[in-house]
Amino acid sequence: MENEKRHKTTVSRRDVLKGAGAVVGTGLVPRLALAIPQGDGPATLSATEYATLDAISARLIPADENGPGAREAMAARYIDRALGGALASSRALYVEGLAALDSYAETSKGAAFVVLAGADQDDVLADVQDGRAEGVPQGFFNTLRSHAIQGTFSDPFYGGNAGFLGWDMIGYPGVRTAVAAEYQQMGVEHAPNHVSVYDSSMFEPGED
Amino acid sequence: MTRQLNPTQVVVVGAGAVGGVAVLPLAEAGLDVVALEAGDWLRTRDMAPDELKLSRGLWPPGPQKVEGEVPTSRAGDSQTANQGFAHPMMNAVGGTANHYMAQAWRLNPWDFRVRTATVERYGSSRIPDGSTVEDWPLTYDGLEPFYDRVEYGIGVSGKAGNLDGVLDPEGNVFEGPRSREYPMPALRTTSFMQRMVDAGHNLGWNPFTGPAAITSRAYQGRPGCVYHGYCMGAGCHVDAKSSPAVSTIPRALETGRLRLVTGAHVTTIESDEDGRVRGVNYIRGGEEIFQPADVVLLASYTYENVRLLLISRSPAYPNGLANNRSQVGRHYFSHAQFGGVNALFPFDLENWYGTPGQGICIDNWADDNFDHSGLDFIGGGSLYVYTERRPMAAVNGVGTWAPQGMRNWGSAWKAHVIEHCDRTNSAYIQRTTLPYEGNYLDLDPTTRDPLGYPVIRVTASFRDNERNMGPFLAERMRLWYMEAGAREVRGNAAVGNAMGVSTHAYGGTRMGDDPASNVVDRWGFSHEAPNLGILGGSVMGTSGARNPTLTAQALAWRTAEHLAENWNRIAG
Repeated sequence: MENEKRHKTTVSRRDVLKGAGAVVGTGLVPRLALAIPQGDGPATLSATEYATLDAISARLIPADENGPGAREAMAARYIDRALGGALASSRALYVEGLAALDSYAETSKGAAFVVLAGADQDDVLADVQDGRAEGVPQGFFNTLRSHAIQGTFSDPFYGGNAGFLGWDMIGYPGVRTAVAAEYQQMGVEHAPNHVSVYDSSMFEPGED
Repeated sequence: MTRQLNPTQVVVVGAGAVGGVAVLPLAEAGLDVVALEAGDWLRTRDMAPDELKLSRGLWPPGPQKVEGEVPTSRAGDSQTANQGFAHPMMNAVGGTANHYMAQAWRLNPWDFRVRTATVERYGSSRIPDGSTVEDWPLTYDGLEPFYDRVEYGIGVSGKAGNLDGVLDPEGNVFEGPRSREYPMPALRTTSFMQRMVDAGHNLGWNPFTGPAAITSRAYQGRPGCVYHGYCMGAGCHVDAKSSPAVSTIPRALETGRLRLVTGAHVTTIESDEDGRVRGVNYIRGGEEIFQPADVVLLASYTYENVRLLLISRSPAYPNGLANNRSQVGRHYFSHAQFGGVNALFPFDLENWYGTPGQGICIDNWADDNFDHSGLDFIGGGSLYVYTERRPMAAVNGVGTWAPQGMRNWGSAWKAHVIEHCDRTNSAYIQRTTLPYEGNYLDLDPTTRDPLGYPVIRVTASFRDNERNMGPFLAERMRLWYMEAGAREVRGNAAVGNAMGVSTHAYGGTRMGDDPASNVVDRWGFSHEAPNLGILGGSVMGTSGARNPTLTAQALAWRTAEHLAENWNRIAG
């Protein structure tokens, strides 16, 4: 069953990738982001759940003086899609956890999480992390954080790391099928290549 | 109903790191060989350098027999053994050599004669209490020709430090004499690695580039390494990692003498009333099949080697095959190799790429390369630093260096990650580990695999000798990092209590001349079942301070060559 699911997911992603072919070569424009038709709803979460998740990601890895963060990387899009595939076993936790977190935001700060000011959102998340937010399932914070990191720093193929901004954030010069010696020299600036692993035909997903 | 196949001369159970090497000398000698491999061939797309895929259960690819056979583990007899989450090994043609670190070390001559050498230099009181360590039934010099065959056969890169007794400080001056140079030069170095080399020299030590089963240039039709940074725990998309799947197995297949059966799940080994083995039972695609053979070579890694023996009971072997002296499972140990020492540097290291095989080693504190007179342990550890860093691992790993009290999210954390994620390095310190009374493998009394057979139970704990050398080695590692400009160094190289389940698992079918304390003879054949050979780390009686694979492969080549040269006597 798991294999079947994996297979279906991969095939649809591959089609997306092919559809994105038209924009290859436009440089900094994130291909996959463009390939997703605007206006489509979330894949697994409700619109409200998605908005809450997106707002949480924006506090976990915020946009600030050090550049864009998880929201701009579209970490929520990565999580939303993965909950229909590789992370399906976490889906129930998200549905329960997001509702409980929002209800804790109402109780403690008087409004839904998405409309709170950043500082209040941080208070809510700190309470969740410390186990002080009543009703929020244990382990939810660590799951959120771990998936937000995946959605910001994994290959853009999976729907996050939009525009390669996660890799740019930490100075990762990009995934390469061959690496010249100068890329292992300290003190040398390395321009990122901004490619997905799956831009290379040798790794094209297929029948498993 | 079991389907009986036509007999073959040799059946090899497992086409991995050791079985996949042994098939070449057998096939080249003209023997008909069937290799039964539980996994399948990997494809190029399985080698995608995709950190997410590699880290979330999609690697290793394909059905994994080992997933149902994860050993249980405990420190001692009084505890209940618990099953881990994952098996340390993988099923595929080439086995775990598809994704290992590919460090390709020869053991030091001392490792072959730990007992005698220790007694000679320090007295018998220095053999650690309760240790069952014995000298190997062969010396380093006896294994040297087979190390050489494997290095050239699979393709190993490195720099000789001892060429027929002539020392070269570019290589490891502590190694045993080798008959010729490596087939390929060492992997290229990086500026951070060069920094570590310089620091080692400043301390008066002998840093050198470690040997790797990775091509440093084109070799036997394969290209040189591309250093892309997704080597450890992942396959190589250009076949630069010298797994048997890309080296010895294809050449053995070309002889026409090897038949490789993938997806073959071996369940038991059959023996007759005289105590000779007759062949093996396996399941493939749901069908039960018996493969008769004149000789069986067991090459399924330490845990499965021992498990298959203990499961294969018969009138001649009521306690398990080759176990009438109750030695199967004894003298087990797993390598003391964790308990790291970590450094934070005040500058970026450009460690995003490379391979763990592209590392720098210090052997001054390994084996008996220094005087242990005033110390409370024998043996030692190799200090090893390497390059390879992946984005998510970098973000997660740098958190341990965050200031106390900082939350692991938010702007302050993000700034910390951005500043430091390419400034960390972790040393790999492998240490002499010994066999002891009370440490053993047996069949778990309750936990079973999907076919209903018991899984292996590990009962083993580290002792004072492994424990005492930790701080000694950690201090030297700290000095090395600080000399290279580290801002801070943490970690004491401590080992835990339980030895646990490991990719470096030794013993259980130890090799030795005395049948009372060893399962296989000096050639790797059972003392009890004369046409049963055993390959792998399970025959090794000491660990040395370095990765075991090349030694296990050299022993496997030697066993195979011995079999071919003595075919009539062994095959009966």
